[in-house]
Amino acid sequence: MPKDHGIGAAPKRREDVRFLTGTGQYTDDINVYGQTYCHFLRSDVAHGKITSIDTSEAEKMPGVVRIFTGKDFEGLGGLPCGWQVTDKHGAPMKEPGHPVLAQGKVRHVGDPIAAVVADSLEEARDAAEAIMVEIEDLPAVVDMKAALESGAAKVHDDLDDNLCYDWQFGSEQEAVDKAFAEAAHVSTLELVNNRLVANPMEPRVAVGEYNRANDESTLYTTSQNPHVIRLLMGAFVLNIPEHKLRVVAPDVGGGFGTKIFHYAEEAFVTWASRQINRPVKWTSTRSEAFMSDAHGRDHVTKIELALDKDNNFTGLRTDTYANMGAYLSTFSSSVPTWLHGTLMAGNYKTPAVQVNVKAVFTNTVPVDAYRGAGRPEATFQLERVVDKAARELGVDPIALRRQNFITEFPYATPVAVEYDTGDYVATMDKLEEMIDRAGFEARRKESESRGKLRGLGINCYIEACGIAPSNLVGQLGARAGLYDAATVRVNATGSISVMVGAHSHGQGHETAFPQVVAEMLGIDESMIDIVHGDSSKIPFGMGTYGSRSLAVCGSAMVRATEKIINKAKKIAAHLLEASEGDIELKDGQFTVAGTDKSVAWGDVTLAAYVPHNYPLEEIEPGLEETAFYDPANFTYPAGAYACEVEVDPETGKVTIERFAAADDFGNVVNPMIVEGQVHGGLAQGIGQAMLENCVYDESGQLLTASYMDYAMPRADDVPFYAVDHSCATPCTHNPLGVKGCGEAGAIGSPPSVVNAVIDALHSGGHKVEHIDMPVSPHRVWQAMQG
Amino acid sequence: MTKVTMTVNGKTVAKEVRGNMLMTEFLRDELHLTGTHVGCDTSQCGACVIHVNGQDVKACTMFAGEAEGAEVATIEGMANADGSLNTIQQAFQDYHGLQCGFCTPGMVMTAAALLRDNPKPSETEIRDYLEGNICRCTGYHNIVKAIMAASGQDVSAIAAE
Repeated sequence: MPKDHGIGAAPKRREDVRFLTGTGQYTDDINVYGQTYCHFLRSDVAHGKITSIDTSEAEKMPGVVRIFTGKDFEGLGGLPCGWQVTDKHGAPMKEPGHPVLAQGKVRHVGDPIAAVVADSLEEARDAAEAIMVEIEDLPAVVDMKAALESGAAKVHDDLDDNLCYDWQFGSEQEAVDKAFAEAAHVSTLELVNNRLVANPMEPRVAVGEYNRANDESTLYTTSQNPHVIRLLMGAFVLNIPEHKLRVVAPDVGGGFGTKIFHYAEEAFVTWASRQINRPVKWTSTRSEAFMSDAHGRDHVTKIELALDKDNNFTGLRTDTYANMGAYLSTFSSSVPTWLHGTLMAGNYKTPAVQVNVKAVFTNTVPVDAYRGAGRPEATFQLERVVDKAARELGVDPIALRRQNFITEFPYATPVAVEYDTGDYVATMDKLEEMIDRAGFEARRKESESRGKLRGLGINCYIEACGIAPSNLVGQLGARAGLYDAATVRVNATGSISVMVGAHSHGQGHETAFPQVVAEMLGIDESMIDIVHGDSSKIPFGMGTYGSRSLAVCGSAMVRATEKIINKAKKIAAHLLEASEGDIELKDGQFTVAGTDKSVAWGDVTLAAYVPHNYPLEEIEPGLEETAFYDPANFTYPAGAYACEVEVDPETGKVTIERFAAADDFGNVVNPMIVEGQVHGGLAQGIGQAMLENCVYDESGQLLTASYMDYAMPRADDVPFYAVDHSCATPCTHNPLGVKGCGEAGAIGSPPSVVNAVIDALHSGGHKVEHIDMPVSPHRVWQAMQG
Repeated sequence: MTKVTMTVNGKTVAKEVRGNMLMTEFLRDELHLTGTHVGCDTSQCGACVIHVNGQDVKACTMFAGEAEGAEVATIEGMANADGSLNTIQQAFQDYHGLQCGFCTPGMVMTAAALLRDNPKPSETEIRDYLEGNICRCTGYHNIVKAIMAASGQDVSAIAAE
């Protein structure tokens, strides 16, 4: 019987009512008295030297308040990168400056050159057209390998070349060489992990408001982590101390990683508002988003898998080129390294694993974390090469995976991380049960009777979530701690506000987090509210990304609630004239064990605030506690996915007939929300596999800069999904035993789609080894032609 | 400037507007009805769908002046008279058909138009009708399920919750 409240229940989301009635408050819904509007003049060339900017005519245009250029930002900081990667020779990565507005050069289409602030948006746009900018075109570097050739144009003149870092990680060279030298079989695959644009449906918006009366700045912004923005922007860019800077991220319309980062527009509106003493608002258009939101993925990889004569995996070696774009976005450098290399062992006990990554600057939009961030890239390579090996060896792809599964935990991989728990056999068993594998041949025959090809693709995945143990990531180059914080404020009459550092932008924290506190206290969820997204209301927090909210911030909330319970028991013991050790809390009542003496939750909370009968000599009045929680390890959600496709051999069109996901997320607080997270991740992964591709031409022009050109998955591109999370091995090191579920779908789904297409083509006699994503009709048809 | 008069969610409104003011701007900036969202600039995403004289329309594709004399309905006018969620809104909540909520107003308005013309649409018909509405959060599973449920169809057999 499913629970009807507390942990494990699926109450309807309380945030839904405002979203369903049009009363949510997103950043663009905020208008501040006296506000001005900002329009950025952006580069329309990929690479060039700015020889002159003449704003004199534009400044005379109606409504113009002020026009800013890079010169106005000289002396201020640039946008910082939060993670310093050390290359394989021990040198720090190259870290070129990232100005708020371009200084001297433009380095990608969309690089902001000037900003017009005017009384209305129309006036700002009109005036931007009157700015005379002369740019001397420079050759653009777009292809990563070409960018590393000697003589290639340099994105940053002050660097020797376009190589950000050359990183190597994993087993000793000797062990890796030996595995390959002694291998009975080596499978090799070269592949592209296509560049994507995260495309949350709400474009980015930033409103800066300066209050001269108290010298305070407020930034309203579409962020997944307002405190991180406050820290980065205040300390590194604008030199505003935290107590004079408030960052608010209200309702945010999806993030998927791209709203983690600190962006130039945020710093601009905050700073410009101080200069003109009026609020400044910027709302991105979708076309602007395509050329200014950080992009995702964009890896080119060669992967080699060594197997012994019994088909055991003995060695894995990868060589990846990772596109950084023109500048280092906030977490860009960590994505191809610590979020990718550390997952290359996958679900398998391969003893020798070596990962090589060259990060490359190009004249493209910066690339950073997008749902999964590094882990989809790792999973895709590994699960494609394992599938290829199975085909080359003539063995069943599921059996080959099962044979090589890690089965004992904890398991220290050759790539630095230790999986605390998991059961890959159980999720594969569950998957096989879900997909009716026995019936596949009949379904294939039925497809063939209609002239179609049918394929079944399987893959496993593992991810490192609950980001992250601060001391470990510090050793790995992170310039921040990755703990989180929560404050539980109990009010006099017993209701509770929980201030959390996590930010909810679709994940339903306002519903799920109270379930946890309610369960611990035995009170009704309706008595508990979650406060998030405002640095003036919440002590601190690192935000939401890397499937960390419940595992890290939820753990902080548990710890703070435990402190509340401890203090409340002291008060209850006083009121009941009993020993603190004898007090039990159950169903919102404090009871003296073994007696019928009890006092209700509300009486204890009232006593804390009206301390007339209270142990004042022992404890302070009030009932509010804060906890910071730093995880001991990452969490390791894992699972097995299956995709069944039909391919039309006449056109190459692929349709997804079935999709199944068996996940191990550990314990689950709200199964409805978890399943929704998986559904959304699957659509993004299927989108990457089938449709989405961000394309630049050779000159660095962005060819996919709108929804007319960039194919977003729509309702008729995807099926109903079968999802299951019943195979739960609880995380061993956080108090809730939770692992995180936000990224799994996007990480786990692309390989099974491509594996299924390859399987379908082979069933039709087409010996196709690989098709790069997206597996568009054109690419599939071409592959079928040999 | 042009004067426009129309009925929005049952109330008559009259405003002086620029001739090139889009309906989205009119609703959001002039009437402060910010439930109609703008998710793109190419009329692809559907976050701004409203009803104009009963037809589902992307508000970004029309000028405010074109709505002269029209009956306009937006997401703010969809709840029942007592403020409770209407059948479609309630189904979206019951079946978790929304996450971040940004595309949701357009989805609800589109679903309402579909169900008015086709009271018991099939899964395929729903997916086809949602062609002009992009959601990045839900993977559409629970949106399609919610619309089927709102039309009185049994959705218990659909995979997962």
